[in-house]
Amino acid sequence: MSSTHHPADPSSEHPAHAEHTGHAGLVGHGAHIASLGLYFTVFGILMVGTVITVAIAYVDLGVMNTPVALAIAVTKATFVLLYFMHLRWSDRMTSLFIGAAFVWFGILMLFTFSDVVTRLVIPFPKP
Amino acid sequence: MAHAVPGAHGHDHAHQFESAAQQQEAAALGMWAFLVTEVMMFGGLFLAYAVYRSVYPEAYAAASHHLNVTIGAVNTAVLIGSSLTMAMAVRSAQLGRRQAIILFLILTMVLGGVFLGVKVYEYWDKYDHHLIPGLNFHMDGPYAREAEIYYALYFCMTGLHASHMIIGMGIMVWLLVKARAGWFTASYYTPVEMFGLYWHFVDIVWIFLFPLLYLIGRHH
Repeated sequence: MSSTHHPADPSSEHPAHAEHTGHAGLVGHGAHIASLGLYFTVFGILMVGTVITVAIAYVDLGVMNTPVALAIAVTKATFVLLYFMHLRWSDRMTSLFIGAAFVWFGILMLFTFSDVVTRLVIPFPKP
Repeated sequence: MAHAVPGAHGHDHAHQFESAAQQQEAAALGMWAFLVTEVMMFGGLFLAYAVYRSVYPEAYAAASHHLNVTIGAVNTAVLIGSSLTMAMAVRSAQLGRRQAIILFLILTMVLGGVFLGVKVYEYWDKYDHHLIPGLNFHMDGPYAREAEIYYALYFCMTGLHASHMIIGMGIMVWLLVKARAGWFTASYYTPVEMFGLYWHFVDIVWIFLFPLLYLIGRHH
């Protein structure tokens, strides 16, 4: 049963790829099927990123330790988004949704910290 | 129409959609909308983390030193590995390879299980060292009470993350059953693809949690 393909589908490595040229970049029918090499390359990059982020945590970069760690995390997350989550081959609407999440998170941080950093910090009460 | 996928009602798309491509597009967009709400949920915790860290940076560093970097790093690698096997499961579905879908789903579950097992060990270790706020928290040094905030956030953030993984393991059992029954073909594999997005999202959350929780103040 599982081997029966839709009659219109070329049942080889690229199912339904030519049929939906008008929907290029969509997931699903006409979806881009990434090569094994690409997935393993991304996996390798993520592993190297993990090693670098651990190694650099033991180097004193002053106030830059956390920004560097976050920059590495953002880079790793970008690779996951682009390739594992197929954003690289998705349409603009998907990017818009993801962008909305980041804009929302930016507003959350910006507005909260505009309050926090302009306050007098009261020392934690000691018992 | 001749496509006899069990549960797909004999069609490759439901009647309200014009085509299978449109149906898949709608499903993907809906999944991304859900993931945006997930960003909002985790975002609140990241905000709380950031605010308290900006106020008590030394306490965060002191508290973070009770976490084991090696264990955290290995677990990060395990989770990234599970993302790779999940991506392979989706690719196998795109190619209509049923046995490969099953194999890669099982591998993803095994790696997810290893991650959760390690997490259980870490939680037990925190219990053993009296680092669970509200239960047995006790820490020596000048930052004890501030450190308790760090640990409250540690358990909220890693706990919410782990609960996502537990839910994911449950969904994977369902996907396995459906894959074995031959539900997924090269022209219909939406559930596998959508679950892949969820699993990778959970991976991304951990990519941020690991440096923020385990790696602060290590150079001192």
